[in-house]
Amino acid sequence: MKKREPISTGSEWTFELIQKYDEEIARVAEHYGLDTYPNQIEVITSEQMMDAYSSVGMPLNYNHWSFGKQFVSTEQQYKRGQMGLAYEIVINSDPCISYLMEENTMTMQALVIAHACYGHNSFFKGNYLFRTWTDASAIIDYLLFAKNYIAKCEERHGVDAVEQVLDSCHALMNYGVNRYLRPQPITPEEEKNRLEEREEYIQRHLNQLWNTIPKKEEIKESKSIQFPKDPEENLLYFIEKNAPLLESWQRELVRIVRKIAQYYYPQRQTQVMNEGWACFWHYTLLNHLHDEGLVTDGFIMEFLHSHTSVVFQPPFDVPYFNGINPYALGYGMMQDIRRICEHPTEEDHKWFPDIAGSDWNETLHHAMRNYKDESFILQYLSPRMIRELKLFTITDNSTLSTMQISAIHNDEGYQKVREDLAASYNIGNREPNIQVYNVNVRGDRSLTLRHYMHNLQPLGEDTNEVLKHVHRLWGFEVHLESVSPKGEVIDDLHCPPKPAVEEVA
Amino acid sequence: MSYIIDRRLNAKKKSTVNRQRFLRRYKKHIKRAVEEAVNTRSIRDIDKGGEVSIPNKDISEPVFHHGNGGIRERVFPGNKDFVVGDEIKRPEGGGGGGSGEGQASNQGEGEDEFTFQINQEEFLDFMFENLELPNMIKKQLKDATSFEVRRAGFTSVGSPDKLNVVRSLRAANARRIALSGKERRKIRELKKEIKTLEGLLPNHDAVIQIAALNEEIKALNKRIKRMPFIDEFDLKYNNLVRTPVPSSKAVMFCVMDVSGSMTQSIKDIAKRFFILLYLFLTRSYKKIEVVFVRHHTHAKEVDEEEFFYSRETGGTIVSSALNLSADIIRDRYPPGDWNVYVAQASDGDNWDGDSHHCREMLEQRILPLVQYFAYVEITTGPHQNLWLEYEQIREKFGETFAMQTIIEPSDIYPVFRKLFEKKE
Repeated sequence: MKKREPISTGSEWTFELIQKYDEEIARVAEHYGLDTYPNQIEVITSEQMMDAYSSVGMPLNYNHWSFGKQFVSTEQQYKRGQMGLAYEIVINSDPCISYLMEENTMTMQALVIAHACYGHNSFFKGNYLFRTWTDASAIIDYLLFAKNYIAKCEERHGVDAVEQVLDSCHALMNYGVNRYLRPQPITPEEEKNRLEEREEYIQRHLNQLWNTIPKKEEIKESKSIQFPKDPEENLLYFIEKNAPLLESWQRELVRIVRKIAQYYYPQRQTQVMNEGWACFWHYTLLNHLHDEGLVTDGFIMEFLHSHTSVVFQPPFDVPYFNGINPYALGYGMMQDIRRICEHPTEEDHKWFPDIAGSDWNETLHHAMRNYKDESFILQYLSPRMIRELKLFTITDNSTLSTMQISAIHNDEGYQKVREDLAASYNIGNREPNIQVYNVNVRGDRSLTLRHYMHNLQPLGEDTNEVLKHVHRLWGFEVHLESVSPKGEVIDDLHCPPKPAVEEVA
Repeated sequence: MSYIIDRRLNAKKKSTVNRQRFLRRYKKHIKRAVEEAVNTRSIRDIDKGGEVSIPNKDISEPVFHHGNGGIRERVFPGNKDFVVGDEIKRPEGGGGGGSGEGQASNQGEGEDEFTFQINQEEFLDFMFENLELPNMIKKQLKDATSFEVRRAGFTSVGSPDKLNVVRSLRAANARRIALSGKERRKIRELKKEIKTLEGLLPNHDAVIQIAALNEEIKALNKRIKRMPFIDEFDLKYNNLVRTPVPSSKAVMFCVMDVSGSMTQSIKDIAKRFFILLYLFLTRSYKKIEVVFVRHHTHAKEVDEEEFFYSRETGGTIVSSALNLSADIIRDRYPPGDWNVYVAQASDGDNWDGDSHHCREMLEQRILPLVQYFAYVEITTGPHQNLWLEYEQIREKFGETFAMQTIIEPSDIYPVFRKLFEKKE
């Protein structure tokens, strides 16, 4: 490679420089085979960044007080200097929109371009979860549709009525996802066209379900019908389709929240990988530019300074410890995979016989495409990484008076630490598993939810509040039963609460 | 190829609506915070924005999550000297919520409150919500200082730069249509005739007649053409008029007793009250003048500094101040032009023979001229004769006269609200 002049030497950025850096980074990214959506890079102010924060990173969103709350608290913290704003926000859309803050230096802008526009972007395009669950080309249009629809509802039915439904939906947002079923991609035009059709259909369907004129055969059949036949994990979907009292516009609101929840679902499952991937690539791409002489030593020093603080993992016993840093874990593992491919040790050959010594870029891309956090860690967390981070497992059994150290970074512990860490990224473990169990269709129309307990963990204190929201949407009594793995009902909650007398009896 | 877009000039404040929704939802909390602030703040920054705290539990958005209990396996980084089988104590306070990380806040300062800022305008909005100035009659707006140029339709005279092309051409078109009516009717008739004649073709006569008629039509068309395309008569101009912008004016009289019985703390309370009133007036009127009248046995118009801080002692004759106020109103603030508000603060002391006088003066000279007269008595003792006389006034002039007692600083804001409550 010929010795070339650096692209820039100062810390001030200009649009021309951003353009040039972007071109160079794009060239190097292509060299490494990163496949991305086209990029749309937007320069914004810090104030706009706070706006973007509070609408969960979306360039537009419907109006709701909780976004206002988010904004107010971000603004407060930022002004007090308790927190810096993220350098970037990137949106999984096609074209992929990334925000650069105007306060950043040229180095930071280049870092963000490499990180977001080529790292995250290629992850969005390549990872199987994103490919299955989100439709990058439609999300912005769908949000626009949602925003307008909700604004129209507010005009027609009042802000309060809409807010109540949205509050309740937000409480159940994490239960608005089909975990196992594949969703069908849908464009906003179709969405609009189907809207009226659907309203009519649902109403008809409901009328059949709730038909109170009994048919003779059914009475003979059996007294209690199980509905739904199989437990339904997507509470919002179930409510949208079956809640007896909701009006059609309310159903549509449920649907909107559900759709948006589904859009975020992959992000919640791939944080470690996504950030790790983006960090790995900004590191690799910018160092490549440095090797070519396109950036100065000063540039690379400033870059490394930010980079190392982003991927730093504080130990558990410092006051500012806040869990495992997904950037650190993800980046560390990505680099580690490259190392295993390029310079495998004997241990690596034993643990990773199929990737040790293989082409690192190929292997990394394979991992990026086909894994989520849980499976990624389970597959690729190496003993060396465990040693580097000095990971250990604490078992906390509430029936014992103390907690036990059950595994540390040694030969006996690697496997367990790896499994435990992977499990902690399993959404099924992190969030209570609650499903629709039954509806008393022919009786009081009450809805029974079942909480399938994981490791005997009970539900938190908010549960009663959430049940109120379920009750609001369902319109009739709601019961929640906690079920042990053996199938016994251990605990039950009701909304509205049952009178105390009954409980005694 | 990437697109690089400068969005910095785009709309900021996208979150304004959401923020307002949030404020609307937690109105009750914010109001309480505002009330507290009004009562405790120093006077200088009474109208600044403020900090509002809401208990976290009132504001949280509930979701299903795991509670304490059961079995958990948690992985931590940075092992120093633990080995398998070590037993450690559970951290205090239940330790580790659902996420297992605990809510480790910085330097142990627990955040049980959700705290945020509201700006000055919002602060005042909440402060004066549901209050109104009584009897806010729009006074004659003589002293209009500014004019606004407004459109007022179109005129047929004006300067060329105000020419309205569309209107002018439309008028010209209309004129041409109107004036050519006779000719065009004729043409239509002739054309009809030609049509009937064409039916008779190839009759020789008809051919000649058609030719003649065509000739006639041609002549008529020429006449229509000769009509001027545009005439002076057609020209229309934008009409702009200067309208005076109503600038409502108000004057506020602060009347205070500074006799020996008024201690500094009583004066401070009075001052707070006056400031609240002033802030409230600024929301309704663009221009406000404040007149300070202080009195012991004599009344004197003074500036603000002297009003609040100079020390004087002596007896108390309230009527002297009322008299002076009435004179000032008569001389400088003709009630036709001014909205007059009077706020009087006193500890209730008055020379015995004078209270009766005060009542007469108020009834005859002041109340007919003012929008509102508010009297606050700052005292812990029993009411004296001034209060009793004023009570009689209240019965007669309930519309424009109000009185309340303030015992301690925390009463100021509630009393103020009571005085300016919206009346149905």
